[in-house]
Amino acid sequence: MGKFIRIKKGFNINLAGKAAPKVTPIEHSDTFAVKPPDFQGMYIPKVLVKEGDVVKAGTPLFHDKRHTNVIHVAPVSGEIVEVKRGEKRKLLEIRILADKQVDHKPFKKYSTSEIAKLGAEEAKELMLEAGVWPNIVQRPFGFIADPETKPKAIHISAFDTHPLAPDYSVLFKGEDVYFQAGLDILKKLTTGSVHLNLHTTSEISSAFSQASGVELNKFSGPHPAGCVGVQIHHLDPINKGDIVWTVNPFGVIQIGKLFLNGIYDASRIIALVGSEVKEPQYYKTYTGASIKSLIEGKLTNDHVRVISGNVLTGTRVANDGYVGFFDSYVTVIPEGDYYEFMGWIAPSVNKLSFHRAFGLMSFLASGKEFKVDSNTHGEPRAFVQTGVFERVVPMDILPTYLLKSILAEDIDEMEELGIYEVIEEDLALCEFVDVSKHNVQKILRDGIELLQNS
Amino acid sequence: MKFIRKEFDKVKHHFEKGGKWEKYFYAYEALDTFAFSPNTVNGEKGAQIRDAVDLKRLMMTVIIAMVPCLLFGIWNVGHQHFIAIGDASASFGDQIWIGIIKVMPIVIVTYAVGLGVEFIFATVRRHPVNEGFLVTGMLIPLIMPPDIPLWQVALATIFAVIIGKEAFGGTGMNVLNVALTARAFLYFAYPSDISGEVWTYFGDASPVAGFSGATPLSIGASSLTSGHNVVSSLNAFGAGWADGMYSFTNLFMGVMPGSIGETSVLMCLIGAVILIATGVGSWKIILSVFAGAYFMALGLNMIGVNEFMLMPAHYHLVIGGLAFGAVFMATDPVTASQTETGKWIYGFLIGVLTIIIRVFNPAYPEGVMLAILLMNVFAPLIDYYVVGANKKRRLKRATV
Repeated sequence: MGKFIRIKKGFNINLAGKAAPKVTPIEHSDTFAVKPPDFQGMYIPKVLVKEGDVVKAGTPLFHDKRHTNVIHVAPVSGEIVEVKRGEKRKLLEIRILADKQVDHKPFKKYSTSEIAKLGAEEAKELMLEAGVWPNIVQRPFGFIADPETKPKAIHISAFDTHPLAPDYSVLFKGEDVYFQAGLDILKKLTTGSVHLNLHTTSEISSAFSQASGVELNKFSGPHPAGCVGVQIHHLDPINKGDIVWTVNPFGVIQIGKLFLNGIYDASRIIALVGSEVKEPQYYKTYTGASIKSLIEGKLTNDHVRVISGNVLTGTRVANDGYVGFFDSYVTVIPEGDYYEFMGWIAPSVNKLSFHRAFGLMSFLASGKEFKVDSNTHGEPRAFVQTGVFERVVPMDILPTYLLKSILAEDIDEMEELGIYEVIEEDLALCEFVDVSKHNVQKILRDGIELLQNS
Repeated sequence: MKFIRKEFDKVKHHFEKGGKWEKYFYAYEALDTFAFSPNTVNGEKGAQIRDAVDLKRLMMTVIIAMVPCLLFGIWNVGHQHFIAIGDASASFGDQIWIGIIKVMPIVIVTYAVGLGVEFIFATVRRHPVNEGFLVTGMLIPLIMPPDIPLWQVALATIFAVIIGKEAFGGTGMNVLNVALTARAFLYFAYPSDISGEVWTYFGDASPVAGFSGATPLSIGASSLTSGHNVVSSLNAFGAGWADGMYSFTNLFMGVMPGSIGETSVLMCLIGAVILIATGVGSWKIILSVFAGAYFMALGLNMIGVNEFMLMPAHYHLVIGGLAFGAVFMATDPVTASQTETGKWIYGFLIGVLTIIIRVFNPAYPEGVMLAILLMNVFAPLIDYYVVGANKKRRLKRATV
């Protein structure tokens, strides 16, 4: 039986520019890219193609040198136009100029009854070979799952509480069969159960509500209720030595499509949202779509910051960049590189704040949609105010002490304070509300890396 | 505003790396960010938007919460002056004027000296000028007697900022409350200037007949030897020249001699409302300090072996600096307990210790200052056990 969990702590960031439920296809004579830096904890990617090669959707592009069987494949068919490297020859992007009609590399197909009888090893092999494996993210640390391990549970968060998050009932409309097939496959890979975590108030797609063979859990409350790390903490917390896997619904559907249709299907709906978008809405394209194809002619001005993902955990991308592997929306906000006279004290109802300190009156305007820019609104300082992080982290974790233990590079302390339970997105709100403007997510990732390399 | 911005931009490059005044970058930055919130933007990865709050605004909120205490204090210094010299004809304007000429120099000296030290440290140690002193600089005058020599104010401020704060690395790193460090310094270095008949400003005039500079705390302490009932001594105080000075109502209102800003419980409570409503001060600490003091005093009432122990518990809440300490000193987030459970324990123990020091150690009649400083030192220990409990819960979960 599933559980019902009420999340009380947290903060919904209500931004202007939500997507209207309208899906438009994008012409595809454009470039797409796969970006190795999207994948946390990747050792060194070994490139398997060179510029000029012609690939199909599902052709291997690179693999991790440490886990050679975890293959990353091309989302579309076409020609490799650039293998972009950065400093120290770090692999940044592999760009593909897409064909007009996407040509899929064929894989073995299964019927629903065949899937039921399929063994775990065989399923795993096909997932690795066809490149859907990187959808599975392991906790702790948020790395791509190690195929050699067997997780104690698999968690799927079927809602997104991040600012301007797209509506899953639009993103995954009509994918019920594939979602169920994906769940049936995932069930084979764990010794425990597959948890499908739903929100009580948002509209639930039939793909989720009709799902069978899983534990259906319900959550209520503000962000970060949708973060899978928070959900795991309440359902079945991670202790030292535990391995848990998480998959987002897109990944589950992609796995389902692989088994039912025999293709690596990277077609997906991506939302273009934010206050600087003329008409925020959904677009049908493929994983790794170019930012240009999404934003060209659709913005109100050009002094903007384009973010792959959401404003709390996303990555800033250049106008000639690409949407990240795990992202199903692109947010465009104003760039905040301006001075404001007496900005540190001027009272305002238009400045969004979690706090109620003098002059910050956004708490009075409930339901108001705010236009927030990328300004830091202050300078970095030492930790001063206390008790704030605790109000936005709905877990039995002391964020300030955890962060301080990381800054002090005290590994035992980090473990004891629960670093295994969190990744960046779980503490992203701390970074937003922090009076002293710490880079909380970076500190946490540094701690995880320290733990890994010790 | 564009003009001011232009002037800043014109000189900015001199202070940046390679400029001729590179050394003074942080001093320049402090002024620049004071006039204009900076144009810095968030990084490539992680939070792309930030809350509109910053440390400057937080500190400013605390200062605003202290304004009622300051204004009341200014008037009260003047008012007490005319009561003490027996001049009933003084107008409100005269009272305010006396208050201003006594209080403002202390405020100005504190800020000038304190910010001077901050800027020197920022330049030498190459760190940004921290906003913490904005609050400290207001707290120090409010806990000074009106007649304090200005050189002592300056000396105490320098001592507090250097030894209390900068030696540890600046705001956020200090162990002891900076303002109370200043007060404690004066208390032990120049005891004759901060106790006895210092709570009223006389100027050139001589005190009215029957005048006494005894404070409610010293009346309480003297009951130990005299054996008089404390409440009746308080009620009898001021007969002839200031009737009802130490009645319970007046102790609450604070129209009486004392440190500049801490006499009025009412003004402190207005400050508390501001701090709590804005979420800047911890209501848990404020409440638990009062609760700790009240329960400790109630306990002493029950034992009741001497007159001071028998003083009704609610009197303890309105005499001395307990209210001011609870609202503005104990809530300093850096030196208080930093865990939410710890804040309850921390505040409660401050209340308890305040009463113990008052009643059992009459050599230091003002207990709250020492109680807070003592608990500042113990706050990390409280947190250590609260954090330890969190770790234990996690460990227990893993082994079940």
